[in-house]
Amino acid sequence: MAATATRALAKAPLHLLLAFIGVLWLVPTLGLFLTSLLAPDQIGSTGWWKVFTEPSLAAFENYGTVLDNEALTSALGTTAVVAVFGTAIPIFVGALAGYAFAWLEFPGRDWLFLLVVGLLVVPLQMALIPMFSLYNTFGLFDTALALILFHSAFGLPFAIFLLRNFFVGIPKDLLESARIDGASELRIFVRLILPLGLPAIASLAIFQFLWTWNDFLVALTFGRDTQVITVAIFSEFRQFGANLELIAPAAFISLAVPLVLFFAFQRYFVEGLLAGSVK
Amino acid sequence: MSGGAATAGPVAAPPQPAPPGFWSRHRVTLAFLAPAAVLLGVWIVYPTINTIVRSFFDRTGSEFIGLDNYRELFTRDVLVTAIKNNILWLAIVPALVTAIGLVFAVLLERVRWSVAFKVVVFMPMAVSLFAAGVIWRVMYEKDPETGAVNASLGAVVDAVDPPGALSEAQPSTEDLTGTPRRGLVLRRPVRPGDVALLGLTGIPPQDVSEGAEQARAPPGAAGAIAGVVWRDFTPGGGERGAIDEGELGLPDVTVELRDSGGGTVATTETGADGGFAFDEVEAGAHRVAIGPKTFEEPFEGVSWLGASLITPAIMLAYIWVWAGFAMVVIGAGLAAIPRDLLEAARTDGATERQVFRRVTVPLLRPVLVVVFVTMLINVLKVFDIVLSVAPASSQDEANVIALAMWRTAFGGVNDFGLGSAIAVFLFLLVVPLLLLNIRNFRREV
Repeated sequence: MAATATRALAKAPLHLLLAFIGVLWLVPTLGLFLTSLLAPDQIGSTGWWKVFTEPSLAAFENYGTVLDNEALTSALGTTAVVAVFGTAIPIFVGALAGYAFAWLEFPGRDWLFLLVVGLLVVPLQMALIPMFSLYNTFGLFDTALALILFHSAFGLPFAIFLLRNFFVGIPKDLLESARIDGASELRIFVRLILPLGLPAIASLAIFQFLWTWNDFLVALTFGRDTQVITVAIFSEFRQFGANLELIAPAAFISLAVPLVLFFAFQRYFVEGLLAGSVK
Repeated sequence: MSGGAATAGPVAAPPQPAPPGFWSRHRVTLAFLAPAAVLLGVWIVYPTINTIVRSFFDRTGSEFIGLDNYRELFTRDVLVTAIKNNILWLAIVPALVTAIGLVFAVLLERVRWSVAFKVVVFMPMAVSLFAAGVIWRVMYEKDPETGAVNASLGAVVDAVDPPGALSEAQPSTEDLTGTPRRGLVLRRPVRPGDVALLGLTGIPPQDVSEGAEQARAPPGAAGAIAGVVWRDFTPGGGERGAIDEGELGLPDVTVELRDSGGGTVATTETGADGGFAFDEVEAGAHRVAIGPKTFEEPFEGVSWLGASLITPAIMLAYIWVWAGFAMVVIGAGLAAIPRDLLEAARTDGATERQVFRRVTVPLLRPVLVVVFVTMLINVLKVFDIVLSVAPASSQDEANVIALAMWRTAFGGVNDFGLGSAIAVFLFLLVVPLLLLNIRNFRREV
């Protein structure tokens, strides 16, 4: 008993240190949130920490202003559309290709797969200038589709890599018996492979969704009036101080979505990220 | 979506009597691969080749100029700054992130509530780097009233070196000369037995401390120099240089007694009514001055977003984001180390420090390398957070390769040739690191 107490006491500095670091890590995000609650006439002159001593300073007024701001609400809509399709397409297309690389026989299969994995090394900066020209030529510039297809393509090498490796682990007997029963490859893919691949698909989906939702560079390059939330906030930057009453709540809304996902799917999130550290 | 529709057709078609030939034998395979081939071909392979070719042409793409764009990359000031900054990023950030991740992971092994800590430190990873930049831009506001970083710093600075009682005061009459920086000196020499009147004005009412009382000139005493420092201002009246009814004394003001040579012989502070006295003063002429300490400004805040500190400021924000990643990956590696190896070392009499340095770190080496190299790659591509933390006025100083590429190609200059060259340069830097990482990752993790 005494020994336990002594040990606990000896660990007290460690607990304190870690608690301090934890608070330190929380403060910036909390600061943005509390700033977003300050009234417009307070936001440039009052520190957000004053809310602790004067809770009456906090109000949700600014969030109403953001929701009334058409540029910001339509940007949130665009972001959602781009993120949903920019996740669904590469996963579906990647699963098709991953299945082919895992279970269909064709000449040059391994070389082709290696080439696809090799595309992982291409930074998206390499595609910005040619795609800017191409999008302009085909009238795709400044559309959500342009963003969706760009994200789909750059999400694909990793999706194929991950799903192919996962599909290879599916027991061969399952596939053989389905083929003997006369099921078409498409049927096998839809009824067997996709359901069995769900754990890998879930990790991938969360990772890719966050990637597209959080994107700034691609949307900044290929959009002018079609803005995602990061770009819409960025266009308020011209007067950062004066527009903080819009910037702070909008930024907090934009980061609340990934945060909710993060808390809901922590396990998949970490797994996807561990696997994704090669990306 | 369109890919799904395209594959459904040929696959669902009824089997025909198998004709020989490559295309018909691999029809199904082709259908499965076609959508991916189109996306990868049009959006990655074609642009990559195009960008490489484009980098040897001028800004409009009409004239072949060989390596001129690459020469420009290493000579134009803005771009050289970008490369230099990126080298700084490479030298500092990956090592720090890996070290912090390692320390956190090791410390967490010893507490029960590690999950809560991990969630908190990992959380910034979920947030966009752009939004993380907004978060820190708010933290870095220069005014200590609104910027949390400067507010905390100010609390420390003002505790160590308290600001003067009156930072904005001016002399009320020409009897006082000098500057606030060197102290305000009474023009008239004073001798023991005299009373010095030191009137100040230009003081905002909130700067007068709450305990201040009606100013009162102390009576002169033999062998002593006495006096008063007061707020020589009555709204709508009052006589300059005289203590009027309602004028408050200024407490806590540093008063210096200087000898004829200008050296300070004694200092004292005023009381609640502004009065002060130097006892047992040597005979002869002296000067009385209000010390410069009184006029010291409070902490004004460090200009984090200014030209000189902007890069370290962005780095700090970036480390805040990525430390959680390093912690989680290294933590996973740590959990995989066989416990009996550590126990054996402890049984052999190794101290915790020795176990850490001689056993844990060498066993973790492969994981540490993966984290470090991943961070090298991330740092090479850093972009969003630079644009969201740095105000337009400091962006030239904060410049990095990816930002320089974007600004050259799309930020008004619209030089696609030079922009392509910068992209290729970035590509050449990233490729070997990524190949190394893929190899390590497949072998070790």
